[in-house]
Amino acid sequence: MPDTLTKQVVEVGYGGNERLMMNMGPQHPSSHGVFRMILTLEGETVVAVDAVIGYLHRCHEKLGETLTYVQYPSIASKTDYVAAMTSELAYVSAVETIAKVEVPKRAQYLRVIAAELQRIASHCLWLGTWCLDMGGALGGGATVFLYCIREREMVLDRFEELTGARLLYGFHQIGGTRYDLPPGWDTKVRETVDFIEARLDEYEAMLEENTFFRVRTQGVGVISRELAQAVGVSGPLIRGSGVSYDVRRAEPYSSYGDFDFVVPVETAGDCYARYRVRMVEFRQSIRIVRQALDGLPEGPISSRPGVKSVGQVRVPKGEGYARVEGARGEVGCYIVSDGGPKAYRMKWRGASFSNLAVLPHIVPGHKVADVVAIMGSVDPVFGEVDR
Amino acid sequence: MTLPPALSHAIVAFIVLNALLVLVAYVTLLERKFAARMQSRIGPYYVGRPHGWLQPIADALKLMMKEDIVPTASDRWVYNLAPLVFLVPCLLIFATIPFAPELGVADLNIGVLFFLAVSSLEIVGLFMGGWGSNNKYALLSAMRAVNQIISYDLPFIFAALVPVLLAGSMQMSAIVTAQQGLWFVAYPVIGQLAFVAFLVATLAAENRVPFDILEAESELVAGFRVEYSGMKFALIQLGEYAHMLGTSFLGALLFLGGWLGPGPAWLGPFWFLAKAILVFLVVTWVRWSFVRIRVDQILGISWKLLLPATLLLLMATGFVVALRGAGGA
Repeated sequence: MPDTLTKQVVEVGYGGNERLMMNMGPQHPSSHGVFRMILTLEGETVVAVDAVIGYLHRCHEKLGETLTYVQYPSIASKTDYVAAMTSELAYVSAVETIAKVEVPKRAQYLRVIAAELQRIASHCLWLGTWCLDMGGALGGGATVFLYCIREREMVLDRFEELTGARLLYGFHQIGGTRYDLPPGWDTKVRETVDFIEARLDEYEAMLEENTFFRVRTQGVGVISRELAQAVGVSGPLIRGSGVSYDVRRAEPYSSYGDFDFVVPVETAGDCYARYRVRMVEFRQSIRIVRQALDGLPEGPISSRPGVKSVGQVRVPKGEGYARVEGARGEVGCYIVSDGGPKAYRMKWRGASFSNLAVLPHIVPGHKVADVVAIMGSVDPVFGEVDR
Repeated sequence: MTLPPALSHAIVAFIVLNALLVLVAYVTLLERKFAARMQSRIGPYYVGRPHGWLQPIADALKLMMKEDIVPTASDRWVYNLAPLVFLVPCLLIFATIPFAPELGVADLNIGVLFFLAVSSLEIVGLFMGGWGSNNKYALLSAMRAVNQIISYDLPFIFAALVPVLLAGSMQMSAIVTAQQGLWFVAYPVIGQLAFVAFLVATLAAENRVPFDILEAESELVAGFRVEYSGMKFALIQLGEYAHMLGTSFLGALLFLGGWLGPGPAWLGPFWFLAKAILVFLVVTWVRWSFVRIRVDQILGISWKLLLPATLLLLMATGFVVALRGAGGA
């Protein structure tokens, strides 16, 4: 049943030409999952876009109410499956807020290492798929994509050594982390980030000195500062629009206050600005990983003793919200507890969901080819949008 | 015993055509291996050791066995004819290319003109495919194709006319003979500029990245051939690669001296092939390292930059030739 109220049709000057409705998605090479855009075209120019989401809805919030606090963190990673550590961290932080659980310093540092490595891995995938969108699977885009996947695989190898899993980790638990570092892991991580850091220079040389890349990204999909704040985008999108906002800085969690890092801000607000922000974030994440490995304190990795059954962790009555800075922006988790082993109510604030809301404001007026470039620069993950 | 000329021509054409089809198949393998090395992969490997040498044949067999789908809403005649209309000009361009002195189907005295005229005909097949599929992606792609090919044919022709002017003939073999002393790519300034313009226009005429807006698989899925499957898809692919190879041969012939090279005369065709492959690899190298540009930017490059530049170049070449003629005579 089409709901006329939700349709966002933005008019740009109508030249009296015939219009063409074109369906992009839910199955489309550049839909980054299952996203459907109903584009209204005048020739090549997009005059209206109607976004349809919900194809990947898996009742995550209901699942959060039926699974216990011990069970859910491993499911939480499935909301944003490209950066699984982020949502796990948001969930356990929300529970810890309600239960007022103290997290040991070592566990906090481990969480930071995991989160920053995850950001690197996620940005690798973003850069690759974005170039794939612009350059084509049979072109230069595929080259960048394969290079990026190679680096992402290295990070995933480190995660595999740490948790035994490559995509959905279950690394966090209420009160700390589930696994300690395996022997020799920190050396491998240092080698990995050194390697990636060297590769970043290569990517920048390959992309920024390429005129075609610049003309495709500069001045395309401009999000103004006002629009960014009005829509409520976060992460690299809002930082690319000139707002210096980063949850790690605004509201330091998990010992982020201990680390020295820069929050990159670009003022142009276009695809290129978002690209620059993410490229700097790559390097800042590498910096944070190194600092955390250097300063990793000794001690327990969890403040909570092991449990024999999944219902044994109970949280006092109350409600709490925790937010973390994921690779795509602010990821929040709101939990209401009635004192039992399960959350009474759980609500996700997905970064991609809010970021995606900016599309109808910036897409009209652009060419069809720009739609995929803008879409890629927003970097949505539909697991997180639809939940 | 002598064969009637029509029959002997037919036999030669048959041999050239089949040799070409094999060559085209193996050019795809070459591109895949080349792209794989660029992307730190290995590429085809297991189908035929060493290095997947049977892969093109396996691909052809697979495509032959695929179901041939005709969309119900398509314009059947146009849809079914399009691959052939696309393929024939792409193969026909080889008719005037001499692979060595006296070795070719027809060494016309208007060889270059024939090549340029016939190679532009592929747009008809492209547009038929895009229109007949009755698919919005295909339609957009067909529109883009017409835009792009019309825009880039002129610079392509102008760039190709520079060697024609220098050689003073449109006959392919005469152009090669004129390069005895100096390949036209080495001709001071004019040669290099014309070669670069030729390569850029070639990329656009062949619809390769960064000018592959009509295929544009991330926007238009596969463009005009999105509805094609099986052998019809294979014919379109074949046509594209044949066109690419033909243009590479033309580039090698116009600028790199064709079959001229050190060694005995029988090495000529091999020199020619090596040069054509070199041109092909340059085009492939560009393809696998650039991102695609937008349709309006492509048209802008053509009309605002490439067309005036090649036109000026052609005029400059005319002056040079006139001066040379005045001085020499």
